[in-house]
Amino acid sequence: MKLTRKFLGATAVLALTTGAALADPALIYDMGGKFDRSFNEMAFTGATRWAEETGGEFRDIELQSEAQREQAIRRFAESGYNPVVMTGFSMATPLEVVAADYPDTTFVIIDGVVDLPNVRSVIFSEQEGSYLVGLLAGMATETDNVSFVGGMDVPLIRAFACGYAQGAVAANEEVNVIVNYTGTTPAAWNDPVRGSEITAAQISQGSDVVFAAAGGTGVGVLQRAVDDGILSIGVDSNQNYLHPGQVLTSMMKRVDNAVYSAFESGPGMETGLHVMDLAAGGVGWADDEHNAELISDEMRAAVSSAQEAIAAGELAVHDYRSDSSCPISVE
Amino acid sequence: MDIVTIVQILDSTLRLATPLLFACLAGIISERAGIFDIGLEGKLLIAAFFSAAYAHYSGSAWIGLGAGVLASVVFSLFHGIASITFRGNQLISGVAINFLASGMTVVIAQSWFRQGGRTPSLTGDQRFPSLDLPGAEAVQGVPVIGQIYGEILTDHGILVYVGLLCVPLTWYVLYRTRFGLRLRAVGENPAAVDTAGVSVVRMRYAAIVIAGVLCGIGGAYLSTSLAAGFVREMSAGRGFIALAAMIFAKWRPWQGLGAVLLFGMLEAIANRFPNLDLGFITLPSQFMTALPYILTVIILAGFVGKAIPPRAGGEPYVKER
Repeated sequence: MKLTRKFLGATAVLALTTGAALADPALIYDMGGKFDRSFNEMAFTGATRWAEETGGEFRDIELQSEAQREQAIRRFAESGYNPVVMTGFSMATPLEVVAADYPDTTFVIIDGVVDLPNVRSVIFSEQEGSYLVGLLAGMATETDNVSFVGGMDVPLIRAFACGYAQGAVAANEEVNVIVNYTGTTPAAWNDPVRGSEITAAQISQGSDVVFAAAGGTGVGVLQRAVDDGILSIGVDSNQNYLHPGQVLTSMMKRVDNAVYSAFESGPGMETGLHVMDLAAGGVGWADDEHNAELISDEMRAAVSSAQEAIAAGELAVHDYRSDSSCPISVE
Repeated sequence: MDIVTIVQILDSTLRLATPLLFACLAGIISERAGIFDIGLEGKLLIAAFFSAAYAHYSGSAWIGLGAGVLASVVFSLFHGIASITFRGNQLISGVAINFLASGMTVVIAQSWFRQGGRTPSLTGDQRFPSLDLPGAEAVQGVPVIGQIYGEILTDHGILVYVGLLCVPLTWYVLYRTRFGLRLRAVGENPAAVDTAGVSVVRMRYAAIVIAGVLCGIGGAYLSTSLAAGFVREMSAGRGFIALAAMIFAKWRPWQGLGAVLLFGMLEAIANRFPNLDLGFITLPSQFMTALPYILTVIILAGFVGKAIPPRAGGEPYVKER
């Protein structure tokens, strides 16, 4: 009895203290960090845009270690934040545990799938966006060698590689695609030195366009590409501005739109699986003043016709995740 | 495997081995004086950050190097105060240094640059330029020498050569000077050194300051020569691989050079060949990445010779009363 009373008291105190924060959305960034100039930063951009447009407020947290994942979700749910949005495939496992405990809170996971009634799972068709930049790479290469530097070797990143290879080969059958991954642990997202060395190795194999899908490691890849005078392709956010005139394009993954729409729809949003594909504006390629002179009219025409074909469903880009294999050899 | 690939791998080996080399020599000097130093990783990281930050502010990679070395020495002194003056546990103090560096770099970077725990990208003079060795162009046509001198050894950041020069220097200091003799004695039998009227505490502080300077150069090399700026956790475990190299080399400088070159080459091979096909077996790159640790365990287990650490290592020295 005494124990129950204690619990009731605690709940009451909790309810009182969290009253102010009720129904504000919250955002949890994955280990790459809020300002990775890539995936997580896009999530932040989307949230900021929502806050500026609506005058609303949101809370966010950067994870520092694997152990914080479940704790962070639980803390936000416990304090009444709703919806709670999180980025990264690694959040799926902890979310599965926590979401069941808070049926009244709506959770959104980006890049992962959790099959629970109060979870919206947003996944992107990375292979389609990668196909487009692969197409550009295949047209831009003069040596018939293009390369790919992945971060952590996981199916998601392999899907990038596979889409990229399909695009490059579609543009130019002769093209050879060199694929490397930085590592197999989360440290692979933050090792620019390794990224730079891998790029150097690829350049010595003849690559003259390199696509980095590697979070913070990509900074080193792009830098090495500039140092050695080859073209590079950025990922997730528009990274063309990092080295104007030397970044061919960026494969954009509109995490910002996913976060924005989740924040805007609020707790009552439609849950379930949301696929952000090319047709839905979930992925695309960056075309701005920084790379304008690198993209010829011919390339622009080819990529936009591919874009239409994919959106209309006439051209299917194979997804590595569907059967763990790729029609083009990317080993 | 053709000759171009081999040249490229050896070229990459030299670049990848340099940060390991600095950290490894730092570890050798520190541990020879009886101070276990698992904070190498943290010192590399803090030096990488301060070098990049001050190279950015000042526009000169050399000022950045100075700042990095200073930061690394300050961290060494933390370690010294905790483990020499206050006789704390050296391993715990080292772990603390690693944690402190990991957190502090990101916090300071965020408050200074507001780019999420990284420094702005360095350009021009803010990075160390590549140095062409004299005559490298001329010998390029000559077989073997042309490849070794004209392609592998030349065209690296100046700190690579500093690192290579530090090896004979460390050897000379450790084995051919009075200071080195005392330093090694402090790590084996501090009581004897004390009896001879030499201050154990002062010797040990000298050792860790030298270790701090070496780590500082290694960190500066990471952020201002290899990469172009600081990214959080950019040392990525190199301090620990250096520790492994130090044990592998049984605390000797020349062998240390061999060990870091071997470990650097393993990494370069892993970067070049995601799956190394040896004809009868295909080795995944993960195996190459794990090899340094596997080799170290084999050495430690005593299968190939025996790795005996300095006898007084890890023990704070207490004067008898």
